[in-house]
Amino acid sequence: MMATDGINGLMVIVLMGAVTLLTRFGGVLVMSVVPINRRVESFINAMSGSVLIAILVPVAVEGDVAARMALLATAGVMLALRRPMPAIAAGIAVAAGWRYLM
Amino acid sequence: MTPAVPAMPGLTLTSIGQGFWRLLPLSMFVVVFGLAYGLAAVQTGLTPVQTVFMSFAVFAGTAQFAALELWGAQVPIIPLLITTFAINARHLLMGASLYPWLKQVPATQRYGSLLVMSDANWAMTLNDCQQGKPNLGMLVGGGLALWVTWMGGTLLGMTFGNLIANPARFGLDMVMGCFMLSMVFGGRKNLRMLLVWCVAAVTGWLAYLYLPENTHVVAGAIGGGLVGLFWLERAPEKATGEAEA
Repeated sequence: MMATDGINGLMVIVLMGAVTLLTRFGGVLVMSVVPINRRVESFINAMSGSVLIAILVPVAVEGDVAARMALLATAGVMLALRRPMPAIAAGIAVAAGWRYLM
Repeated sequence: MTPAVPAMPGLTLTSIGQGFWRLLPLSMFVVVFGLAYGLAAVQTGLTPVQTVFMSFAVFAGTAQFAALELWGAQVPIIPLLITTFAINARHLLMGASLYPWLKQVPATQRYGSLLVMSDANWAMTLNDCQQGKPNLGMLVGGGLALWVTWMGGTLLGMTFGNLIANPARFGLDMVMGCFMLSMVFGGRKNLRMLLVWCVAAVTGWLAYLYLPENTHVVAGAIGGGLVGLFWLERAPEKATGEAEA
């Protein structure tokens, strides 16, 4: 654990920035030594979506009904329109509407 | 045999300018996402300096949203950094795909331009390269357009967020979750991805229930990643007939 007040928080962000920079440089660095094969590519692709799912699971399970409805609305609009902006807007509108009405 | 790669010209100010203006219209959407991040960061309790500095130094929306999810008076630093890595691991593949062209320019230009590599400018650059018009200015200029609008949006969201007393009433506490879910569903969707997501959800949830706090993100990432490791995407058409390594 690390504190996040003032300068400590900035340190945390510096570390995050360093890790992100490593990913930006890493692909080119690795390729100059050994080509990335299909299996590694497949692992990385699957992993990057899985992180988001894992973050969302507690939100979906432990959130209120409005939160769940918001996620459902986002998923539905995203599947129908394939555009993130309307999907996110729909989710927020549903959460707000649900809390106002229920 | 590797296909012939057209030569990548070096970086010029003109080409950076062209890349910047080409991506600026699309970058306007980034303002909205930046706004959402700024808003969520304020709600989470980041100071204004921290909020802006994160957009400045990390410049990766999804990872920043995920960081907010873990943020508190104390932050679990190792899970946070692993999460950041896992979300941004796609950069590894993006950089690797540009390698045939990037290796032609001096190292300073190569890594300098990677500093601002993000999804949209990478996609346009790769497209240009594959069409035989490689142009590093697209990557750098486009990246700067994205970076400027991301920072601008963050500032707007921060200002706006300070004015709202009860964000949950307007559904604004769901900005983060809805953003991340839309990123998940924006990718390829097939039976394989469905299994990846299910395994990630189940391992994540089990870890949330039974493992130490904050390990569920890493557990889910590894769980879903392992599915990808063993179940490969069908090989691209042109690869059939060639020897499999």
